[in-house]
Parts: sequence; structure tokens; C-alpha cells
Amino acid sequence: MSVPPPLEPRRASPWALWLPLILFAGFLALVIHGLTRPGSTEVESAMVGKPLPAFALEPAVFDRPGLATADFKVGKPRLLNIFASWCVPCAIEAPQLESLRREGVAIDGIAIRDRREDVAAFLARNGNPFARIGKDDVSAVQLALGSSGVPESFVIDGKGVIRYQHIGVIRAEDLPLIREKLEEAQ
Amino acid sequence: MRLLACLLALWFAAPAAAQDSMPPAPWAYRQLDDPAQEARAQALMETLRCLKCQSQSIADSDAPMAGDMRSQVRQRIAAGEDPEAIRSWLIERYGDYVSYTPRLTSLTWPLFAMPLVLLALVMLLLRRRLRKGDSA
Amino acid sequence: MIAELGLAALWLAASLAALQLLAGALAVAGKGGDMAGLVRPAAVVQGLLALMSFAALILLFARTDLSVLLVATNSHSAKPLVFKIAGAWGNHEGSMLLWVTVMGLAGGFVALIDRRLPERTMLATLAAQAFVSLGFYGFLLMSSNPFARLDPAAAEGAGLNPLLQDIGLAFHPPTLYLGYVGLSVAFSFAVGALITREVGPLFARAMRPWVLGAWIFLTLGITAGSYWAYYELGWGGWWFWDPVENASLMPWLAATALLHSVSVLASRDALRTWTVMLGVVAFSMSMIGTFLVRSGILTSVHAFAVDPERGAFILVLLAIYIGGALVLFGLNAASISEGKRFSVVSREGALVVNNVMLSAILGVVLFGTLYPLVTEAFDTRVSVGPPYFNPVSAVFFVPMALVLMAGPLLRWRQDNAGRLGRPLIIAALAMMAALLAFVLLGGGGTLALIGFVLAGGLAAASVMPLKGRNLRRTPLAVWGMVVAHFGVAVALAGMACESAFSVEKLVAVRIGESVVVGPWRVVLRGVEPVAGPNWTALEADMTASYQDSATVAVRPQARSFWSPPQQTSEAALVTHRFGQLYAVLGEAAEGGRWQLRLWWKPFVTLIWLGGLLIALGGLLALTSRVAFDMRRGFARRRIVMRREDTGR
Repeated sequence: MSVPPPLEPRRASPWALWLPLILFAGFLALVIHGLTRPGSTEVESAMVGKPLPAFALEPAVFDRPGLATADFKVGKPRLLNIFASWCVPCAIEAPQLESLRREGVAIDGIAIRDRREDVAAFLARNGNPFARIGKDDVSAVQLALGSSGVPESFVIDGKGVIRYQHIGVIRAEDLPLIREKLEEAQ
Repeated sequence: MRLLACLLALWFAAPAAAQDSMPPAPWAYRQLDDPAQEARAQALMETLRCLKCQSQSIADSDAPMAGDMRSQVRQRIAAGEDPEAIRSWLIERYGDYVSYTPRLTSLTWPLFAMPLVLLALVMLLLRRRLRKGDSA
Repeated sequence: MIAELGLAALWLAASLAALQLLAGALAVAGKGGDMAGLVRPAAVVQGLLALMSFAALILLFARTDLSVLLVATNSHSAKPLVFKIAGAWGNHEGSMLLWVTVMGLAGGFVALIDRRLPERTMLATLAAQAFVSLGFYGFLLMSSNPFARLDPAAAEGAGLNPLLQDIGLAFHPPTLYLGYVGLSVAFSFAVGALITREVGPLFARAMRPWVLGAWIFLTLGITAGSYWAYYELGWGGWWFWDPVENASLMPWLAATALLHSVSVLASRDALRTWTVMLGVVAFSMSMIGTFLVRSGILTSVHAFAVDPERGAFILVLLAIYIGGALVLFGLNAASISEGKRFSVVSREGALVVNNVMLSAILGVVLFGTLYPLVTEAFDTRVSVGPPYFNPVSAVFFVPMALVLMAGPLLRWRQDNAGRLGRPLIIAALAMMAALLAFVLLGGGGTLALIGFVLAGGLAAASVMPLKGRNLRRTPLAVWGMVVAHFGVAVALAGMACESAFSVEKLVAVRIGESVVVGPWRVVLRGVEPVAGPNWTALEADMTASYQDSATVAVRPQARSFWSPPQQTSEAALVTHRFGQLYAVLGEAAEGGRWQLRLWWKPFVTLIWLGGLLIALGGLLALTSRVAFDMRRGFARRRIVMRREDTGR
């Protein structure tokens, strides 16, 4: 048995025959772009540029007051640090926060899903750069801020508007950027 | 295979992300008393993305933050808020990433155009193929 | 020594693949002269050498030879033997070696067995197969040598992640791989036919068993993967349209379409170009799926398990194979004629609808899966999930299911629609009955309703091809079709029921208290610590009774592994009349209460039972084809022998 003779060849338009290749080229372009672009796996907050949401948190430790939206509308930019005592990387950024505090940066903290005694022990171990620390037991303020993890830091200007979000640990090399953002928020 | 990925993720992430010792948020593992409200909450939660796990909805994640999101969703539904308003509130904070239901925007319209184009193509193809055959 | 032998065998296999490609290409170009005779033996020996190499790796893992880097990083002397062996392919290098081994063996098998295709197309096919293999050999030898030594040898292996020691995990990836490799053979056939432009029933019959085999493995792989995610993840979900799930679904959709078009080509010599195209697409989807999973380009969750460099390598192979095949298609497809004509109302007509709809679903799934990449190019992240995929795929699935009810009853070439009146009325009645049942049972959800109604119609329609036949004399192939289509109805019914009738109960209860979940009464009798080989757990001692009948024990666990430290919940499942009671033990709550998550999912097991039926249908069809081919092969040999006798 051999291949049957072709039955009156009916040619599809050449355009259609090259279509799969064109689609495939599109796919390749897309994934090559996706592979080469430095991928951001972080979920950025869409709240940057918007005013802080309204909140009022209980104090997280006994020797610092709690934190509310009104505390940011004081005419000077402040750094808002989202942290937790159970978060290992949070301890790593403590020296950087401390040096910012010494430069005169006002820093407030929000402790996520944390107990008072644990926060106190964490601060005793790693230093306490915070002027105020609010206690967010069910991540309510974290959700309102559009923050998706710990640690994260926000630069808030004197009118209470979120100006910048830093996701992850503030390393020593991140300090100039943070200072610049605080400067911009003046 | 999704499981494999999750396990690997868990495995590698374990040292960095120690767990907190707080109890889950009040409505993280508790259903609303009104079945209609709970059904609405459940339907919404199944379409919201867990921000920690990245590949699961908050309705099926054990991450504490997913629990906090569930709790907030249930509380708001119980307070009479519209599910779509809650979704918009979250999108306002996290962008479209947080919702598994794509909105129609200037960037996502091809997602909705594509099925229509395919549908038109299918019709065209079927008509061509089948009518041609018919005449033979 | 074994490692060096394995590596040597791998190099030899690679050089034979090169020879096979060269000789095949020259022969096809008409310049090879005697070279053509080399192709088939080269293919056979290449397969055997690859097998030797893989056997060497298995042996190294079985002995836990810690002077081999791959063993030291992926195994441990204390593992049970079965997991040591499974460890051989539970990593990147080993899985690639498994891939080339199966591919080499398949190529050797084709070379040895298949005498149906015109010789030139056969040579082109084997050359294409060698070309595809060569890429993987190059990948292995250049960037992922599985036999690299570790000097000095490690004192102990590193890999003892307890969670990866799951029998399902050990055999899930190779199942999918067998499917992918089967599709690579189909791809080689398609490329061979594109080169020589000889596309016809012979080509289809040679390709069909490979497509069927691949499709069976893919079906089993997806079914098992879904069940496994269902019970392991602890939230009762069985499908989430996750990128990795989609990556396994896409080759299956393409293979399903190919399976149907190849039988049109085999029996009726129609849909020639289309079948060749699908052969290329099906393998593309397996490569794209592998790429998406390995490169971690889509979900950051996978970024831990993957290596972007290897992803890039797969992408290069993908670009060469698929790009090359599509260029060939653009150049040569115009001179492949369409094949025989048929009328709208005919088996072919129905199969065209099936093919077009499956392709459309494939298109939507691929587009939706990749779309987040598109928006990321514009610095915006979006999520595309079930609320998108469910309705959009339903748009194409519903007409396909309706046509599926009539298709198998139609005659080839041309039929009279009036002949189908009675069967279609029966199917319509079944759909109405299903609708009534759904409403009476209080089901909700539009998609679930549609699925349930279609399942009713399909279940009735799928067995109708058996009507009026002597069941003992009915060919296996017909049984295969009936069983597979019935399986679709069963799976669909399971999905609809899961979505419409599941009952969920999240509660915090004290010891001794009971919970009612649907028809079940569950009592928490105690929570005790238990210990396993590398974990400790809290185990809930619960009993459950269905409508106050006899009680059964339900023992979900919350496990803590210590090396590496992690928590998992082991769900407890009680199956009752195709439904399952699904119980998970959560954390301790205040006041001596325990968090429990309980579900009653009526008919949920039908989802996977349907999947198994679909695979069984494939197996029946494959058996019938292979048996038929073998009988014919023997008959032909006997004729040849008789001729030789008379010649003497």
C-alpha cells in the first residue's frame, strides 16, 4: 500500500500556514523578556502617594505609646517600620534603624501578630529605635497599608501621605536611598 | 506538581519565616452564622490571592496573613458590606494582583477579547471546513 | 567505576544519535548511498546505551554512592530503597536522563517494529527523533552531567526531606514524562511526514499508538496529581488553574485533539494538515509546560525549585525544535493536500467540532496562563484564576459536549441527521432528568448546573454506540471509545457535585462534643500525640457516622517534622458511596477546644474515577490497535515466508 494520490490540492492561504510560527515567535519574545527582566517577586503597595488609612493601635510595649494616623500629621516626615519579634530578618535591620534614629529620623513601629512580652524581649535584644509602637494583632493595619510581609518600611510625609515603600530588610546599602526618600518627603 | 513546589517553597522558606505564636484572628477559622452571608464570604475568599503563598487563594491557605484576611472578609460581610466593595478595597491596596478575577482595564482587555476572537475564529473555521465538505 | 561507565554510555549514545541524524538526513536528501542502512541499527543501539546509562544511575542511587555529586545532594543512606531508586529521577539531571532514555528506547522501538511507513518518511522520522534527542544529550553532557564525581566523597547525603518521600511524588513525574516522550515520538512522525510530504492513513496508523500511549499516561498523571493535591494540601480543593496545573493540562488538551484527528486520518484520510499541525502543537505544549515549571517564570513559589539558566536551556531547545518544525510547516504544508471530503453531518464533521473546540480551550488556557507575563512587561501584576478560566473554557466545552453526544453515533463521510432522532431524544430526556435532580437536591451555581445536565446527557449518549451490537463481538476500540466518553460524563458529574453539594464546617470543639456535617455526625473523642520515624504529630481520635449508622474511625493528624522543621496536616478521608468525608485537625483553641475543618463532598470521587475510566478507555483502544497491528504483522511475515518457500 502506498500513499494515496493527492486529491486535487487545495492550498490554504500562505498567510494561515505561517500564523503558528508568528504566534510562537510572540511567545518566545514574551518569555525571553520575562526571563531577562530582573523579576520582582514582591507585591508592591498601591497606597504610595495616598494618605495613610485611618487607624489607632494600642501600644505594643509599656514604655512607648501606641500609634494612630494623627501621629503622622505633625509636619515632619516619619519612617513607619512594620516588624515582628518572630521575624528573623527584622533583627538584621535593627542596626540600620538605630543609625537612622541617631541621625534624627523619627521612626514608628507596628508590631504584627505579636505579644507584648515578646516585643519587649526583641527590643531589649536588638535595641529600640521607635518613638511609638502600635500593636496589630490581626494584620488589620498591615492590610490597610497594602503591606504583604515583614519587615517593610514606609516613608510618611508631614501631612500623613505615604511617599515610599521599602519591601524587605533595610540593609546598610539601602540607607542612602531611605535618607533620600525622607529628604524628598520634607 | 503544585504541591511539590509548595513543599519546596516551605522547605526553603522555613528558616527565614518563623511562625508567630498568636492565636488566629477571630474569624479566620470560624464560619458566619448566617449561611447566606458565609456563602458570599466563601465565594469571595476563593477568588482572593494569598499574598504570602503566591499561588493559593486565601480560602485554602494556612498562612497567618491569609487567616487575617479571611477574618476581615467575614467581619465586613457580616457588617453588610458588598463582596465586590471588599474586593475593590483590597485592589486599591495591593493592585490587581490580589484578585483572581481579572477586571476589565486598559491592560487586561485582551484577556476578554481573546475568547471572543477565538469564538469568531472557531465559527469561521467550522463554516469553511464544513460547508466546503458539504458541496463536495 | 559505575559512574564512569554510565557517562561513557551516555557519550556513546549521544554520538550514535548524531550518526543517526546525519545518516538519516543524507539518506532523505538522496545522497546517503549506503548510509540509509545505518539509521535503524543506530536508533536501536542508541536506545540501549541510554538505558545502560540510566541503569548505572539507578545503581548508584540504590547503593548510595556518595562519591557522586548527584547522589550526595539528593539521597541519604537511611532512605527506604524504593525512595532511593525514585531519587534517581527526583532531580533535574536524573529526570533529564530518564527523558532521553525513554525517548531513545521509543526511537529504537519505532526503528525495530515499524514497517508500514514509506522508507523515506521513516528515515526522516528517525532523523527528527535523533535531532530532538541530541538536544537533550547536549543539555545533559554540557550543563547537567548526572555522573559528576564529588571529591572527597560526602560522609552522608543531604536530601532527606521527609515530605518528598511520598510514593505519589516518586511516580507522578515519570508518568507525565512518559506522556511527554510519547508526544515527542508523535512530533518526530509529524516532522518526518512534513519533510517528505507523505501524510496519509499509513502515517496516521504508525503515529496513533504513540499518541494513545502518551495520552493514557498524561490522563493518569493529571488524575493522580489532582487527587494528590486534594488530600495533601488539606483544604479539599482538587483543581485551581494554577500555572503548573495548566502546564500539565495543555499537553493533554492537545493530545486529546490529536488523538481524534489522527483517527480521522487513519480511517478516512481527511484532516491531513491539521493532524500534522496538532502533532507539532502537542509536543510544543509538553516542552512549554516543562519550561514554565522549570524556569519559574510564572509563579515565584517555584523560584526555589528551579534554575533560570536551565530554564533558558530548555527555551533554546524549544525554540529550535518548535521553531524549526513550524518553519517546515510553513514551507511544506501548502503542498500537503487536505485529504478526502466529508459532509457536515458525519463522524468527521463531529470530530472537527471536537478538534476545533479543544484547540480553542487550549488557546484560552495558554493565553490566560501567560497573560500575567504580558502585564508584567508593563510593570503591573495581575492574577488570572478560576473565575476567569471556568466560564471561558465552558464557552467552548458546552458545544463540544453537545456534539459529543451525537458524534459517535454518526457514520463516516455522510449521514442523515434524521437517523439520530431517537438517541438524541433519549439524551435530551437524560439531561432533563439531570436538571430535575439537580434542582430537587438543591444544588447551586450556574456552571455546576450546566456540568451536571451535560453529564446526564453524556452518560446516556456515550453508551448508545453499543446499542444493537453483540457485546461480545464489539471491537475493543469501540469499547474504548464508549468507556472513555462515559468517563468524561462521570468526571463531569463529580466536578459538578463537588461544586454544588459540598458542605463545609469550620468549628472549635471540646473533647466529647459532636459536629454535624451534612448527613454525618462527627464526635471528637480525644487528641493524642503520636510519633513517626521522623515526625511527631497530634492525632485527633474521632468517630463519624453516616445518618446514624455504624461509626467509623477518623484520625487526622497535625504533623511536625524536625529535619527540616515544618508543619503539615494529614487529612483523614472516609469514602461513602462515592462521596468523601474530609477531616483536618487544626490548632488548639482557647478553652480546651480544637479547631476542626470538616467537609462532606458527595460524589467527589467520581472526578478521579472518571479520569481513570478515560485512561482505561485509552488502554482498551491501544490494546485493540496493537493487537490488530501484530496480527497483521504476523500475517505479512507468513506471506513473505511462504513466498520464500515457493521461490526455493
